[in-house]
Amino acid sequence: MSDAVLQTLGLSIRFGGVEAVRGVDFTLAERELRCLIGPNGAGKSTLFKLLTGQLKPTAGRIVFRGHDITGHHTHAIARRGIGIKTQVPSLFDGLTVREHLWLAARRTNPAERARAITEEILERIGLASLANGAVGRLSHGLRQWVELGTVLAGNPELILLDEPAAGMTHDEVARTAELVREINRTHALIVVEHDMQFVRMIARTVTVMHQGAVLVEDTMDQIMKNATVRDIYLGKHGGS
Amino acid sequence: MVVIALGVPQVVDQFGLLQLTIFAAMCILALSLGFVWGYGGILCFGQSAFFGLGAYAYAVTAVDLGESTAAAILAVLVPAVFAALLGYFMFYGRLSDVYLGVITLSVTLIFFNLMNSTAGDAYRVGKARLNGFNGMPSLPTLNVPGDPARLLDPTETFYLVMAFLVIVYVGLHVLLASHFGRVVVAIRENEARCELLGYDVRLHKLLVFTIGGGIAGLAGCLFANWGAFVSPNVFSLTMTSQIIIWVIVGGLGTLVGPIIGCLIMQYLATTLGTQQLANTNLIFGIIFLAFVLLVPRGIVPSLRALGARAPGPSRVHDPA
Amino acid sequence: MDLAAVLTFEILNGVATLVLISVGLAIIFGMMRVINLAHGEFLMLGGYAAIVATNHGVNIWVAMVVVAPLVVGVVGVIAERLIIRVLYGRMIDTLLATWGLSLFFIGIVTTIFGNTVAGIGAPLGSLGVGRYSISLYRLVLIGIAAAILAVIFVALRQTRLGLIARGTMENPNMAAALGVSPPRVYATTFGVGAALTGLAGGLLAPISGVLPTVGAAYVAKAFITVISGGTAILAGTAAASSLFGSVNQLLTYFTTPVIGEAGLLAAAILLLRVLPHGITGKLFKGSL
Repeated sequence: MSDAVLQTLGLSIRFGGVEAVRGVDFTLAERELRCLIGPNGAGKSTLFKLLTGQLKPTAGRIVFRGHDITGHHTHAIARRGIGIKTQVPSLFDGLTVREHLWLAARRTNPAERARAITEEILERIGLASLANGAVGRLSHGLRQWVELGTVLAGNPELILLDEPAAGMTHDEVARTAELVREINRTHALIVVEHDMQFVRMIARTVTVMHQGAVLVEDTMDQIMKNATVRDIYLGKHGGS
Repeated sequence: MVVIALGVPQVVDQFGLLQLTIFAAMCILALSLGFVWGYGGILCFGQSAFFGLGAYAYAVTAVDLGESTAAAILAVLVPAVFAALLGYFMFYGRLSDVYLGVITLSVTLIFFNLMNSTAGDAYRVGKARLNGFNGMPSLPTLNVPGDPARLLDPTETFYLVMAFLVIVYVGLHVLLASHFGRVVVAIRENEARCELLGYDVRLHKLLVFTIGGGIAGLAGCLFANWGAFVSPNVFSLTMTSQIIIWVIVGGLGTLVGPIIGCLIMQYLATTLGTQQLANTNLIFGIIFLAFVLLVPRGIVPSLRALGARAPGPSRVHDPA
Repeated sequence: MDLAAVLTFEILNGVATLVLISVGLAIIFGMMRVINLAHGEFLMLGGYAAIVATNHGVNIWVAMVVVAPLVVGVVGVIAERLIIRVLYGRMIDTLLATWGLSLFFIGIVTTIFGNTVAGIGAPLGSLGVGRYSISLYRLVLIGIAAAILAVIFVALRQTRLGLIARGTMENPNMAAALGVSPPRVYATTFGVGAALTGLAGGLLAPISGVLPTVGAAYVAKAFITVISGGTAILAGTAAASSLFGSVNQLLTYFTTPVIGEAGLLAAAILLLRVLPHGITGKLFKGSL
């Protein structure tokens, strides 16, 4: 498994009596784009928090590019090259769009290069006209873009996107899908999304989570035909 | 600021000059908290602990060595090291904001109690007797480095303190405009995002806290030198309250604010002190309450918001 | 043997003092998440209330146990109504406002009584233990501290008011939906916390004397105890008081009071480095 970017082995976390993530074995190959779906409470966001070190697993291991990063600090994991766009955009409300991108770019680049990257990303996410406005006043959709741009500016090797299309218009969703495909040419990605149309636009392999565990992993077409998956989305499997 | 500083000794008398010297020293102290709290977002209620440590470090070393240069350097280093140590426990222990405030306040009050109980011959460092609540009188004042016999006169001291004030003010601006400073402000805005971007929040906070401690120590050194005297009152609740009030009145998130707040309150304290009209604590308590309840953002940010005619989020970094 | 007895007494005394000065703060902080920086001044006001009442011919026990808590309880309710209530949910602003309040109280009391120490003689006498003698009054204080903890425990567990208070702290919206008025509960809680603090101030007045700035001597220890105690009001206060009281008294006995104070602080900082949520943060979740 030397070509795996990310691998989890029996990853679990327990909150009191609830096991929010149960024995997840997950492998992501180089340049892979994986969609992660599942009903609310399936453990997708919790899994992301484990991968980024915001939560510490109660059991299991996380291996990123051959390094065991289990239990490492969030900033140390970010330094290894995992970037995340969180479900509710996590931004610096008092700072401008440009400052967001610069902060992300500057950590790994000298000042001159960081400025260039900032301008480049501003163009790429189409926010050049809003570059000097405080982020706190932007709409939810625009905040999504700012966070996406911030993650890109840091140029992490693995990018986690938690519901990148939420709160976007139909056109914006299409643009986001376009951007995700473009990012995927150079980066590995894991995308959590509820919007099935969006998933269909980008997905090759899909992992379905249910009640904290991986239910099934297959191509999008096979997943759509899978009766169990349909049932849990309609609530027939209880629990969710 | 520089022009005013150079011109002042020509127009004010000796008393006025001494008064301005202590105001300037206190402005340095105000800046230290304005930086730590207003930009670093670290709720430090014990800035007077570092101020007092600086004052005592200066006093003890100056008495022991009879020369002020090493004393002045130690007055910055000792509080900075102490801040680093305390900060390590607080930030790496991940204490929340409010706990931080209470712990720092407790630290300074314990120092107050400690120093008050050092009366007697047993409590001495080398030749220097700590003297408990009576304080240490007749301290050697600042001399020209290397020449203990050549003491600075009041005008020279004023220039020196003003120079330090300008250096600290400009230095903090430069620092805030740097990569480090921008990360510090970003941490205040959103710690979690900073970590997800790969910045070590604990380390940044620790550095801010340490720098703030060192600056407060410098102010303490200048204070001890000004009166040639230091007593446990540097650690008192009144002292630490004053620093908080300066920053609250002037406004968080600016460097001018704490200076303006400090000048207003120092002037008020001096006037009240000489007129004996009302108890200083009483007036300060009322002003404190009034600002928290009515002008929570402080004078400078409120005026700026008024000027911009938009009540948006507080400005994060402003070169003014 | 005598030494052991006296040392035990000293330690119990240190623990009792910590319990007395921090229990009111623990109730206000634990139940309302309000950090009352005027806590030291509530103690100070309790002391003055007891002294003034005694000087006006009131029996010293009545002055300490009835007048002091009553006066400070009323002050607490007024402060809650006028200031704290406006700032609920803004933890740091509340902290700052109570700080302003603390200066205000110091100022007022200094204006009225002057910046001098006032005091009353301790009642009861002393008791001989071999070559040593211990103050009977201090012995009684240990009993009172234990009694206070017991009463609070019973009040929270057994009474309707205690149940309402615990429910409101747990989930204000749900309590409101059930017809409980959270503002009333908060005002009552703050009043009770203040009254207990006033009681402590009254009881300690004969031992330490009172002056307008005496609050500063107590407030640091009280906060350290409450924070180190963690979420459980009673178990936390009792555990932290026992730990710090022992450290403080033992160090004081074998070295000096200065080292005792420093040791207390150092113990607290070390403790919070290991247990950031205090002694009862994880261990006794949900207990009192």
